[in-house]
Amino acid sequence: MIEVKNLCKHFGEKVAVDNISFTVQKGEVLGFLGPNGAGKSTTMRMVTGYLPPSDGSVTIGGADILDDEIAAKSKIGYLPENAPLYSDMTVEDFLRFSAEMRRVPAAEIEAAIDKAIETCFLQRVRHQSVDTLSKGFRHRTCLAQSIIHDPEVLILDEPTDGLDPNQKHEVRNLIKRMGETKAIIFSTHILEEVEASCTRAIIIDRGKIIADGTPDQLKARAEHAGAVVFRATGLAASGVRQELEKLAEVKSVTVLESGDNGILARVLPNKGRSAALPEAIFKLAVAKGLTVQELKVEEGRLDELFREITRRDTED
Amino acid sequence: MDAIIDLLIHFAIPTVIVSALFIAILLFALPREVRTVFKREVKSYFNSPIAYVCVVIFLLISNGITFWFGGLLEGGEAALYIPYFQYLPWYFIVIAPAVGMRLWSEEQRLGTMELMLTMPIAPWHAIVGKYLAAAVVIFAMLVLSFPIVWVINYLGDPDNGVILAGFVATFLTALCFLAVTSAVSAFTRSQIVALLVSIGICLVLWLGGLQPVSAAVDSLKGGALVAWPFLKFITSIGILPHFSELAKGVLGLGDIVFFVTFIAFCLFSTAVVLRVKRA
Repeated sequence: MIEVKNLCKHFGEKVAVDNISFTVQKGEVLGFLGPNGAGKSTTMRMVTGYLPPSDGSVTIGGADILDDEIAAKSKIGYLPENAPLYSDMTVEDFLRFSAEMRRVPAAEIEAAIDKAIETCFLQRVRHQSVDTLSKGFRHRTCLAQSIIHDPEVLILDEPTDGLDPNQKHEVRNLIKRMGETKAIIFSTHILEEVEASCTRAIIIDRGKIIADGTPDQLKARAEHAGAVVFRATGLAASGVRQELEKLAEVKSVTVLESGDNGILARVLPNKGRSAALPEAIFKLAVAKGLTVQELKVEEGRLDELFREITRRDTED
Repeated sequence: MDAIIDLLIHFAIPTVIVSALFIAILLFALPREVRTVFKREVKSYFNSPIAYVCVVIFLLISNGITFWFGGLLEGGEAALYIPYFQYLPWYFIVIAPAVGMRLWSEEQRLGTMELMLTMPIAPWHAIVGKYLAAAVVIFAMLVLSFPIVWVINYLGDPDNGVILAGFVATFLTALCFLAVTSAVSAFTRSQIVALLVSIGICLVLWLGGLQPVSAAVDSLKGGALVAWPFLKFITSIGILPHFSELAKGVLGLGDIVFFVTFIAFCLFSTAVVLRVKRA
């Protein structure tokens, strides 16, 4: 549905987006991750046709965003950053305006408004003026605007920004649910969100894609992926450590707590995540007569990977 | 009785026809997108105090000056050009920018421009829709000026056709100023900046058409003045000569073409500015 090829954007000398390519199919939810200023919003603005790209192309459902502007744009629902709204309208009027602009047939407009209001939990503020809304309601009004014409493609720039934890949860579920029938791109810097609702994630830094994969694949790339946390008693810490380091499956051992009669250690595997390491450690414990209190395989965390690959100078 | 019939034939009926034409164009000739934008903008104008403030200020000033300083009652002549219409464009130099300053600057300040321009519409739909909404505010001002027509008909026997021409000329001039404001407001997110810059440009455009100014510019010709071609250009696109011809009841095709071209050019510039700002 969404095809982005060699997309670039320069602002004067500054390169905001540098040769980004990706595709999103129907039924996919793509998470856009990256530090502030990495080029997430700029990319989304080019995908929605707001900013003209310096180079490269964007195609939405076969229609080029520049050459076939109106056909491409009518397939998109867009929630811009900071959820801008016309402050002099009521929620309902604003949604009616959006529906008319987005070419919802006149006979279906009222039904579309009702549905969007229900989906985004706006019943309570339906007739309220936009400028009296709280941030959460503003955000959801703008979200309602983006789904009012039931678009095939949804582009959401930080859809959960400024929401409370319950609302965040609702919006994530909403995205996940809509993702079954639409092609969705959303940006965030909350990593748990990616795990909660994405089928795929892209990490962008300084305008470049530096990681692309399912959340599980990305987590597996994290430094601690497949590490085993091991707590046992029955032998002094230094002794256990020596024994662990002798195992062929072990790359390194970090002692987290040590004592005369026990150890808590994180053991990194030699060959990535597999069952071989916990098995070997368990056999070792049995052979040495240790009492195992904890044996846990770590999945690797997205925020670790995120920090590892987007690490940069602090003043940057 | 005759006066009333004359007023009807030469003023009221043409006014209704022109208004009906305007509305018909809006409803049938323009695409749905333009109408949608137009509807929203008109509502927004009349939901906020700006339209009312502008209308009231305009009516107070235009009528006040006509009666107290224009010498309407002392002139002894049943005509409106000298005491009324010759002053009207001066007020619009300030009032048209005051009406139009929010057109695109507000859109940029709120960030709604990003919504508007990612909707499946062509930019000109939005530009024209917004412009027409502001034009309605100006139109309302002129319609609400009708008491002066009634007064002059009560006092004497004016040529109501010429008075109508005066209103048309004033409306077209105000629309030119409004179009300038539309282009200027596309440059900035600050309404105040849009207002001041637009007033400045409108003033220059208006003054450039004043006879003494263009004569002074002509007398500079041939000097070492580098800016001469520029000054000549300003005086040659001065709005005033076209306004005064039309307002005196001389319906010249050239003047109409001038107004239409001027407005179209400004609206096109608005589109260019919006495009360049995003690139």
